[in-house]
Amino acid sequence: MRNSKVVSLEEAVKRSGLKDGMTISFHHHFRGGDKVVNLVVDKLAQMGFKDLKLAASSLSDVHKPLIEHIKNGVISGISTSGLRGDLADAISHGLMKEPVVFRSHGGRGSAIAKGELKIDVAFLGASSADELGNACGYSRSENAKSICGSLGYALPDARYAKHVVVITDDLVAYPNMPMSISAADVESVVVVDSVGDSSKISSGAIRDSKNPRDILLAKQAAKVIINSGYFKDGFSIQTGTGGASLAAVKYIREEMLSRGIKASFALGGITAHMVKLHEEGLIGKLIDVQSFDKVAAESIKDDPMHQEVSAVEYASGEHPGSATHALDIVILSALEVDTDFNVNVLVGSDGIIRGAIGGHQDTAADSALSIIVCPLLRGRIPCVVPHVTTLITPGKSVDVVVTEYGIAVNPARPEIAEKLKEAGLNIVDIKDLAAKAKSIIGTPDPLPFGDKVVGIVMNRDGSVLDKIYNILQ
Amino acid sequence: MMFVPGNNPGMMADAHIYGPDSIMLDLEDSVTMAEKDAARLLVYNALKTIDYGSTEMVVRINPLNTPYGKKDVEAVVKAGVDVIRMPKTETADEVRELEAEILKVETEIGRVGETRIMAAIESALGIVNAYEIATSSKRMMGIALGAEDYSANLKTNRTPGGAELLLAREQIVVAARAAGISCFDTVYSNLDDMETFRKEVELIKTLGFDGKSIINPRQIEVVNSVFTPTEKEITKARAVVAAIKEAQAKGSGVISLNGKMVDRPVVLRAERTIALAVAAGVIDKEEVL
Repeated sequence: MRNSKVVSLEEAVKRSGLKDGMTISFHHHFRGGDKVVNLVVDKLAQMGFKDLKLAASSLSDVHKPLIEHIKNGVISGISTSGLRGDLADAISHGLMKEPVVFRSHGGRGSAIAKGELKIDVAFLGASSADELGNACGYSRSENAKSICGSLGYALPDARYAKHVVVITDDLVAYPNMPMSISAADVESVVVVDSVGDSSKISSGAIRDSKNPRDILLAKQAAKVIINSGYFKDGFSIQTGTGGASLAAVKYIREEMLSRGIKASFALGGITAHMVKLHEEGLIGKLIDVQSFDKVAAESIKDDPMHQEVSAVEYASGEHPGSATHALDIVILSALEVDTDFNVNVLVGSDGIIRGAIGGHQDTAADSALSIIVCPLLRGRIPCVVPHVTTLITPGKSVDVVVTEYGIAVNPARPEIAEKLKEAGLNIVDIKDLAAKAKSIIGTPDPLPFGDKVVGIVMNRDGSVLDKIYNILQ
Repeated sequence: MMFVPGNNPGMMADAHIYGPDSIMLDLEDSVTMAEKDAARLLVYNALKTIDYGSTEMVVRINPLNTPYGKKDVEAVVKAGVDVIRMPKTETADEVRELEAEILKVETEIGRVGETRIMAAIESALGIVNAYEIATSSKRMMGIALGAEDYSANLKTNRTPGGAELLLAREQIVVAARAAGISCFDTVYSNLDDMETFRKEVELIKTLGFDGKSIINPRQIEVVNSVFTPTEKEITKARAVVAAIKEAQAKGSGVISLNGKMVDRPVVLRAERTIALAVAAGVIDKEEVL
């Protein structure tokens, strides 16, 4: 067509004006199946670029090849929501000269919108795009190769980056509408064989956890919600994707049906569980920054009441219209919670980075009721501890901690503790939970951290919350 | 009563958080020969160090005629177990032999009479001797059916309807009631078929059992829901109990409710309903008193 923006990846890079030292960005909607980051960085290395700053919405196991690019000087800085696998392990041991900057999803959106995180060239994978760059996380064509649903984390990049390259494996006829990324924001379109491995992008059907501990935690979390005072007609909710979170939705659903209560919206990472409740008429609308499974991804394609939002609209602390400000209840997980209700979701008890901030900080801070579901013990690892290894979500944002040994309520929320006690729930002091963990497991040896800062944890407002040091063993 | 393998520290550490009435740590069939000693040590330490709260702790030992049985008794009595479950019990003499072993260890540690016995009956001979077994010791708190070995011994198989177990179940309930002790039904192993499990629990409740053995925390909810009295049953039982109190206050020997005389079996049933409701936590103990 006239004005087609379709070019090769090399040509797109040349046109972008990318230079050594600049910042490139990516989204993580293709999760463990992502091929875009490795494809692009390999090409940039081949073209001789050095000292690039990589700003991803998140990184995972599949990005292991970045280790070589860091060693060779192609990548010298990273900002992300999370790190996992070999890359996380290498960085935890001090692979990089510059520390990795960790931001929440809302915090990243805000940082991009405010210009604190300046993106020179965004390379944004899409499951479909037309020749002018209108792009989506799904495709309506017969040649569809991949589907990820919402492109919420890519939207701030598309809007604010100086130069945007859309990378797709399904070039469709103009106009690819309705679109997530608008052609108005796109400079080049690159067509590749595959943007991601579908089987690793999204799982298929709903699988209910059969783990008795998850079921126990889920029932307790559901009881907290039902008796919290926030469970009334028109409430709103966000849950994670852990077994306990998903199982909690099942019990909340039963109570919604029996009491005739409906939710106005569900927010965040949307799962098949939420889609089911929406389709049953129990949840009015779905606000989706990330579709967690194939059912959710298909739903956002076909259902006008299932809407995509950008990371800014989802969870920016400073954007007055962001959805977290309207959120009543959120269920979140944790690697560790401490006796001041501080939460760590990023660094494992072995001192190695193994998680992501995600929307944790954002939803905990803005919701009316934040519930952390966390087993007291994971094998021989205590999860309620005197001090978290790394501070991710400050305790003042956390209202309730649900464990299999009892429920702790933040002393700042006595009215919630009162309601839960009245409902007959086992309310305990969080210090007693930590003591219980210690009595079963003992006190672990201190972690052998070095003195090199390998990560900086940002609060969602752009201030520094904590530093992560290199682990020596 | 939830079965937990005695060689699995992860499961032993927190089996009580799911709220079973009792936990049976197993040293017998779920532990291989090579692991018998390690499991005994683990169970000993679990009983000594883990706070199981008010959960009744049972240990299934190996038979006394194996090289492990007596060592098991020594370890678990010293660890302060509530109940020893004796497997494959066939005669009253076997129970008395166990009783003597227990007494020996209890005397040594100066805690005589604390340890109770539960006998698992798992053969045709055991079923024939059920009443003698049930009355063989003052320590005997209950008898239980072990259906796998029993049906093999009968030269048949287990079926979903449980026709092959009918006589054994009824015999165990009758023997337990005659002896004034408790009775517990066998396990159901298919965790993916909760519907058949529920039917089986309903059946054994109707037969008169006090409880069901389970192998996974997911089964607890079904057992509790079947055994917990309904609101209607509780209301009726409360009315009967109130009528008893009223009759006692009047000094009358005849209890009447809604103009009808209340027979003794009705009173007993009402008291059992209230006891079950209290045990299930649906009514407050103090409320009844």
